[in-house]
Amino acid sequence: MDNQNKAWRFALYAVLLYAAVYYLLPLYVMATTSVKSMDEIRAGNLIALPMSITFDAWTKAWSTACTGVECGGLSRYFWNSVQMVIPAVLISTTLGALNGYVLSKWRFRGSELTFALILFGVFIPFQVVLLPMAQTLGWFGLARSVGGLVFVHVVFGIASTTLFFRNYYVSIPDELIKAARLDGAGFWRIFLKIVLPMSTPIVMVVLIWQFTQIWNDFLFGVVFSSGDSQPITVGLNNLANTSTSVKEYNVDMAAAIIAALPTIIVYVLAGKYFVRGLTAGAVKG
Amino acid sequence: MSSYNGPAQYGFAERWLPRLVLAPSFLLTLVFVYGFILWNGYLSFTTSRLLPNYEWAGLAQYVTLFENERWWVAVKNLFIFGGLFIGGAMAIGILLAVLLDQKVRQEGALRTIYLYPMALSFIVTGTAWKWMLNPGLGLEKLVHDWGFTNFTFDWLVNPDMSIYTVVIAGIWQSSGFVMALFLAGLRGIDDSIIKAAQIDGASLPRIYWKIVLPALRPVFFSTLMILAHIAIKSFDLVMALTGGGPGFSSDVPATFMYSMAFTRGQMGVGAASAMMMLMTVAAIVVPYLYSELRGSRNG
Repeated sequence: MDNQNKAWRFALYAVLLYAAVYYLLPLYVMATTSVKSMDEIRAGNLIALPMSITFDAWTKAWSTACTGVECGGLSRYFWNSVQMVIPAVLISTTLGALNGYVLSKWRFRGSELTFALILFGVFIPFQVVLLPMAQTLGWFGLARSVGGLVFVHVVFGIASTTLFFRNYYVSIPDELIKAARLDGAGFWRIFLKIVLPMSTPIVMVVLIWQFTQIWNDFLFGVVFSSGDSQPITVGLNNLANTSTSVKEYNVDMAAAIIAALPTIIVYVLAGKYFVRGLTAGAVKG
Repeated sequence: MSSYNGPAQYGFAERWLPRLVLAPSFLLTLVFVYGFILWNGYLSFTTSRLLPNYEWAGLAQYVTLFENERWWVAVKNLFIFGGLFIGGAMAIGILLAVLLDQKVRQEGALRTIYLYPMALSFIVTGTAWKWMLNPGLGLEKLVHDWGFTNFTFDWLVNPDMSIYTVVIAGIWQSSGFVMALFLAGLRGIDDSIIKAAQIDGASLPRIYWKIVLPALRPVFFSTLMILAHIAIKSFDLVMALTGGGPGFSSDVPATFMYSMAFTRGQMGVGAASAMMMLMTVAAIVVPYLYSELRGSRNG
């Protein structure tokens, strides 16, 4: 019995470790490929350790690699993404918090229907809004600009941020709100003094969720921006699919890591909230 | 309706302020979601090609769409990709969740490793797998170096197999997510049920198969919903990995719509294909939302 148990534990750990290798392998391959020279890549193989480490591919990916007709590396795209992600995340999170507060603590006739209508926005395939949006951004003079991308991400981010905050605020006892109202506190004071101080976990979840979504978006980026307003995902795709005479896989991999670094860092530092965000929408507590 | 505002209780401002705060988001949703859906729907009934053109064309664009071989390749690919991606991610994710639930050491570290691909963009995933599956220097060469010189792995450039590379990369990215969802569900199950069954002499696999997994039916259902949703929307992964190629062999509806509407001047056909996607999603999501919202009111 005991031996059988030992064998079972061993098999269990073997499978779990095998899975860990499967998930880590692409990351390992990306990292090692990015510090090899092209000669070594051609001579060696995918999982061989680099014989000599060189960061040439990194500097090239950042500042001189060609992305279509331009040859300025990823740096410009990276800053575009930074300029896009900060306002878009802050605005959509703020709106979500206010909406969630109203929809959970200040219900009125029709508020449930309003919530359902907003919620549907989480699920629509965005292909269905691309054509009208392209025209509308043109009318507003926001076509092909970072500002236009911020606007699009805010509009289509409201649905999920509202859902997160509403579901969290429902669990705050109504008695707290009632008591505050009896003390004469109004709508804004209750929000600022009672609800907001209790919101730290959900604010973290939503900030991280939105940051990841918007940083990683490719569809809106590729449709609504061009040239000097394109985000990092579009830059990476241009770089990896630019047909030069020689395919430089080390530069591609360095570029891929640069594009992934911000979200990876957030995940490592605040993984707990990231997981909570992923599971909040799907599992009813 | 716990905090419904009675008309006599509070002032005018208190009663209208909440609606006022909600109004901007509500209007944005009304215009940019529902208004745009109608607008796109209207576009799909017009003769629009390179530029929008509001001349009524009836169902002509849908006829063009349904006669387009490339569209059917995209639909078929969505079924192949969707089926294998959902099945594969589910199987691996559930297996890992059950194994992690056996009080293993370093559970946190393993969880972090399994889930990190979810933090990457599909463009990064696609770029990485494109390099690894590359027939010249990637996996194929690695296996050759191990001495299996007859080994070929050319799926990335083989029109019959290219869609399966998207499946491989998709499963790698999303199976950790399924693991996280099911692990959260498993942690919510009362241990005493399992203990009682063990005392009755039931084996562990049997307990999971008969008691634990059936109890996770709601988790299973919502995971299925999310994965189906990811599958229908998947665009960036295909763009980065195969670009829909070789030819249009790995096209999916999302890439088909993009290329019709934005690179090939077939706006009407693009709008029509977007409507088909919307209807597919709505057919899955509306009943689900309805049951969820009705359930939460009674819950």
